Amino acid sequence: MNNSSEISPDTVRAICAAHAHRRGPTLEILHALQREFGFVPSSALPVIAEELNVTRAEVHGVFSFYHDLRDQPPPRHTVRVCRAEACQSMGARAVWDAAQRAASTTPSVEVSEVFCLGNCACSPAIQVDERTRGRMDPGRVTGIIEQLDREAS
Amino acid sequence: MRLFVPADSTAVSIGADEVAAALAARAPDAEIVRTGSRGLYWLEPLVEVEHEGRRLGFGPLAPADVDGLLERLAAGQLDGPGAVGDVDQLLAGQGQQRITLGRCGVVAPGSVADYERHGGLAGLRNALAMTPQAVVDAVSNSGLRGRGGAGFPTGTKWQTVHDTDDSPKFIVCNADEGDSGTFADRMLMEGDPLALIEGMLIAGVAVGAEQGYIYLRSEYPDALRVLRAALADAREHGVLGDDVLGSGKRFDIEIRVGAGAYICGEETSLLESLEGNRGMIRYKPPLPAIKGFFEKPTVVNNVITLATVPGVLMDNGESHKALGTGKSLGTLTAQLCGNVARPGLYEIPFGMPLGTLINDLGGGSASGRPVRAVQVGGPLGAYFPVSKFDARLDYESFAEAGGMIGHGGVVVFDDTVDLYQQARFSMEFCAKESCGKCTPCRVGSTRGVEVIDRIHAGTDVESNIEVLDDLCETMASVSLCALGGLTPFPVRSALRYFPDDFHTAVREHVETAHE
Ligand SMILES: Cc1cc2nc3c(=O)[nH]c(=O)nc-3n(C[C@H](O)[C@H](O)[C@H](O)COP(=O)(O)O)c2cc1C
Ligand code: SF4
Ligand code: FES
Repeated sequence: MNNSSEISPDTVRAICAAHAHRRGPTLEILHALQREFGFVPSSALPVIAEELNVTRAEVHGVFSFYHDLRDQPPPRHTVRVCRAEACQSMGARAVWDAAQRAASTTPSVEVSEVFCLGNCACSPAIQVDERTRGRMDPGRVTGIIEQLDREAS
Repeated sequence: MRLFVPADSTAVSIGADEVAAALAARAPDAEIVRTGSRGLYWLEPLVEVEHEGRRLGFGPLAPADVDGLLERLAAGQLDGPGAVGDVDQLLAGQGQQRITLGRCGVVAPGSVADYERHGGLAGLRNALAMTPQAVVDAVSNSGLRGRGGAGFPTGTKWQTVHDTDDSPKFIVCNADEGDSGTFADRMLMEGDPLALIEGMLIAGVAVGAEQGYIYLRSEYPDALRVLRAALADAREHGVLGDDVLGSGKRFDIEIRVGAGAYICGEETSLLESLEGNRGMIRYKPPLPAIKGFFEKPTVVNNVITLATVPGVLMDNGESHKALGTGKSLGTLTAQLCGNVARPGLYEIPFGMPLGTLINDLGGGSASGRPVRAVQVGGPLGAYFPVSKFDARLDYESFAEAGGMIGHGGVVVFDDTVDLYQQARFSMEFCAKESCGKCTPCRVGSTRGVEVIDRIHAGTDVESNIEVLDDLCETMASVSLCALGGLTPFPVRSALRYFPDDFHTAVREHVETAHE
């Protein structure tokens, strides 16, 4: 993953070209950019619009609709905490509070909410980068976040 | 010695990889097969050992238990700590009928060779030898209804696509599985992805489609990896491609990953998203079956629906229709979770009483405290008190009891639950995930949170309950889709069955209202 905060228009065009043959490529192109660079810089949107021959408003509309897409470089690690019902029933509210508290002092870790990770049978669940972890409690989630931050610094 | 260890993401979330690594280190000569999960999640990490044609289970295991297990196995000792015996017998003993998830946790996921060894592709082979109409008829005859939530008859949907004179046609698998408390799609895709692929192929044969799409939620990176490998192996073996199993028919599948929007599980929103757009709900009609993906006839089916189809094609739907009750035929892949002692995937014939599932199979709460509430059918499902545990889990009976089976999620809460918080959350969730097209859903839900808070604070309780009632009425009647339309269900059921959680003045109101 390349973390510079600008992406050259040519790079964006190349990614567009790689997906242009697919049916309905806009979201796929946004995904590809985010996969490659960790985020979708707002400067890329007009380039995509031009390449796909649609309005900037349309591309921006797609970008802004989806929770996953981001316009800022990502932190080193993301921890997504499930706040949905099966996790709530096993103490997810306390896990969420603890995660937020821990993240306030760990700049390399971003904590965000998610609604169900499909891990409801071993709840509460979190997803650390791409890895799902089950049966969380406030102490464990705090430990995981602090550990990630130590490793990152 | 052959050992089976799940690579299912939930099993891994509680240590299955560590157990597999310990086994590999301590038993270098053993063959370790990574499978999906059997869905016996309270026993995970569950290791299975092949013994005289049976699979014996040991779980839950920690890496520290591995040495002891290997020593006992070497000594021919098949009992001891963690031994659960023949896993298939265990499932059967619970009354499970694994017609859809039978290979989950058994096969090496995504291997065509292993899939065929366990009966895979027989349904597709039958379908390829039949007329498209006969394939549709088999599905209609089975009584199969969509498992994604709405329970629409699958044969009827396929018939419409079959009869629509337009091309190309598409098969879209709804793998968005956004409902909280559900994981059957994930478990199937991670454990037996070829069943889904075979189901999509059969759908393609039935309606005359050559291209399929799997719309997978982004929260499932492991399922994505397994599906990709399965697609590659299927192409390699000529199951997908220009000449499906030598039939001269063409079919291929592309995976598209969602981007974190609950509403994209609704089929028209999903199609918008698949076309690369904002996931805004479309007006129906036209039905997706007539004008779906890029306005072409499209079958949209849930993962479990499609994965059930290969079995249906084995015997013209006869054994499928022999299970279940009334108009709810076949099996419910119930996902029992939350605060329950034995959480897991229970594939049971439709019609089991809710209380039997939760107490007899599930063992009651995990905390040991009394069970107090249960939410069935995802975030839009009603909250039931224990007094409604005799409600039967089939579409009609459950709807009569005021509930909805939906995708089959059953979330259990003990007596520490606060239904005020749960109702508030339902409204909050609706506000967060609304696509924004209808005002009652977009704005009303935020309003709903405030009104619920006012009731809880004891401010003008009587008049605020009326405001909430009106709001729910409006959401239920004018919303374009079920997000706005059904959010009143959890809210109103919480208020009705658990009034004391809101405010002491609520009980009296509720009692007069429901006299
Ligand atoms: C708000 C909302 C969310 C939905 N989410 C899903 C989902 O995540 N997965 C799914 O299969 N169906 C979901 N559905 C149902 C689909 O609209 C559709 O009925 C289903 O994909 C049809 O497939 P089936 O007939 O095989 O069930 C949802 C519906 C609504 C209204
Ligand atoms: S009810 Fe809500 S989610 Fe459904 S179409 Fe209306 S605004 Fe969109
Ligand atoms: S509700 Fe948290 S993982 Fe499903």
